Amino acid sequence: MLTFALRRLLMAVPTLLFISLVIFLLLELAPGDPVADMPLTIPPEVREKIRISLGLGEPMHVRYALWLYNLFVTEPSYWIDALFGTDLAQGSQRIISFQTRAPVFDTIAERMPQTLIVVGMGYVVGVLIALPIGIISAYRQYSVFDQIGTFISMVGFSVPTFVTGVMLIVVFSVWLGWFPSIYDTTLQVTDWPSFVKQMRQMVMPVFVLALYNAAQISRYMRASMLDNMTQDYVRTARAKGMSERVVILKHVLRNSMIPVVTVIALGVPGVFTGAIITENVFKVNGLGQQLLLSIQGNDAPMVLTISFIFAILIVLFNLIADLLYGLLDPRIRYD
Amino acid sequence: MPDRAAPVLDVRDLQVVFRTRGGEVHAVNSVSFHLRPGELLGVVGESGSGKSVTMMSLLGLLPSPPAEIRGGEVLLGGRDLLKLDAESLRAVRGRRIGFVFQDPMTSLNPVFTIGNQIMEPLRAHMGMDRARATERAVELLELVGIPDARRRLGDYPHQFSGGMRQRVMIAIALACDPEVLIADEPTTALDVTIQAQIIELVKDLREKLGMAIIWITHDLGVIAGIADRVMVMYGGQVVEQGPVRALFADPRHPYTRALLQTIPALRGQRDRRLRVIEGQPPILSASPSACSFCPRCGHASNRCRVENPQRLPHDGLPTGQGHDSACHWAHSAEPAHA
Ligand SMILES: Nc1ncnc2c1ncn2[C@@H]1O[C@H](COP(=O)(O)OP(=O)(O)OP(=O)(O)O)[C@@H](O)[C@H]1O
Ligand SMILES: [Mg+2]
Repeated sequence: MLTFALRRLLMAVPTLLFISLVIFLLLELAPGDPVADMPLTIPPEVREKIRISLGLGEPMHVRYALWLYNLFVTEPSYWIDALFGTDLAQGSQRIISFQTRAPVFDTIAERMPQTLIVVGMGYVVGVLIALPIGIISAYRQYSVFDQIGTFISMVGFSVPTFVTGVMLIVVFSVWLGWFPSIYDTTLQVTDWPSFVKQMRQMVMPVFVLALYNAAQISRYMRASMLDNMTQDYVRTARAKGMSERVVILKHVLRNSMIPVVTVIALGVPGVFTGAIITENVFKVNGLGQQLLLSIQGNDAPMVLTISFIFAILIVLFNLIADLLYGLLDPRIRYD
Repeated sequence: MPDRAAPVLDVRDLQVVFRTRGGEVHAVNSVSFHLRPGELLGVVGESGSGKSVTMMSLLGLLPSPPAEIRGGEVLLGGRDLLKLDAESLRAVRGRRIGFVFQDPMTSLNPVFTIGNQIMEPLRAHMGMDRARATERAVELLELVGIPDARRRLGDYPHQFSGGMRQRVMIAIALACDPEVLIADEPTTALDVTIQAQIIELVKDLREKLGMAIIWITHDLGVIAGIADRVMVMYGGQVVEQGPVRALFADPRHPYTRALLQTIPALRGQRDRRLRVIEGQPPILSASPSACSFCPRCGHASNRCRVENPQRLPHDGLPTGQGHDSACHWAHSAEPAHA
């Protein structure tokens, strides 16, 4: 299994390089200029100097190679330095944002926690409510519970998050005033009241994401349970005198989880990309919002780096999904 | 043969209906039969004749909806299983009646070890702890002839061949020493040599353990070799029933006769062509008011088309005790037998 994982990781390297090249070229070809947003009073020759100082004077392939070198050599050495107090980097040039002139990874590190907490929580909550709903809907197929569940997941699935998000803001922030409509990133959780405040500002974005994710995953769970409930081994379990609880929650569930776990794992990277919209609606300054800002500002290094991180996540979670599949299904062997 | 002993299982007038979108399907119509301790009852009939549905309904194993038990009694040791609550019925399943199904490839749960699946009923019904259940599981696997039993407890179903899996299924069914073993076409999915081995195994186990067995099959040859009594089903009804010798020597119902002519002769004239029973088995949308075999029967008379025949004895013994059939023709003229 370890060799399988390693082999898959190695095989992912050319894929990832290719993806990064495609993103790089797309950004190159896209119209727009990082200095376009600067005041018009800046004279053209100064503008040109700024462009050169941003590294834009170099030809394309040099810039791409430089970005790769920085990503895989310079940045890691900075991280190692920060961790162990060494001096591997020796002050060499990091990947710098065109917009902020700060290292790209500093911005990412600042924004990552918000994304992880809000969006990650939205996914976790979504999964946690989706599984029991899927199980009960399947066990009581066509019951009132199942019908309501089907309706809600249709809604959750087909209404985009920016609509549910805005609706929630209108109802719960504007009319009722229960929850803040803007996420306050500066809030430090130090004591009970600040913890409550943090929870309150998380409720709506987490709910929106959870609803959306739960809608999908509960459908998968239901379908997978229904598939397995008609299998012969279920009849065998009943014929052995097992209780319904054991039949459903052991025999059927364990088999049904195999495809669902895969779907859940594959969905993790989508959480980050899909959160771009939700983060903007609730003004959560996470990675998604940063990506949008950077695209608007023609901030190629930032866009390239964040997109590349998303690509890595996708490849990584594909691998994780495969490994989980093998762990859950004894019939699968990696060799 | 323990002939006049009180039956362990006594099924009376069992009726099962499926409520489907296309209307009702009367899959089992007034089926009565009994099983004496230690006896092997063979059940034959072509596909769709209601063999599996009958046996599954005994233990409430049919999905409901669409299945509905419309009437009858299933007496196990004098208690009616159809009147039991879910809890008490579970205490019978796997404990007093063991079930082996047709397809060993799909009847075992692919994600649990064999050991786990054998130990489940032991722990649930017999209250065994892990250690004792493990010992008993090893014993059972050895009993059904699986070599290296202790090591194989940790294996998954896909690591066993079809025949070995069916042995495991038998071990599971016998785990709690049931009084009755119901085997629903246990060898149909296996190839011929393996079939023979499984049949030998069951014969053997029957000698050793003495449980009563209901053996469902399409294969009359198998029945002839192992059964004490035979029950022939058609259209959800018992059309003929009797001791194996009597029934094979002197089949009364035209359907039974036709079935017997479909067996290839191993000895004797090989050039005799196998007979095919023309036509399709019926799907009944109401309880039968005519003989359900009459569209395919060479002896059908007008009476057959308006009156469903009752089971009547051929040998003076009460119906069910000796040789009986449900056929107007067989009972009217007492036709000359070939
Ligand atoms: N779930 C169901 N819904 C509707 N009808 C059903 C259902 N299950 C079985 N039946 C009907 O019951 C009848 C008897 O089926 P059964 O499975 O008992 O036949 P069988 O004698 O066991 O055949 P086989 O030899 O193929 O196993 C069939 O004609 C079928 O149409
Ligand atoms: Mg059957």
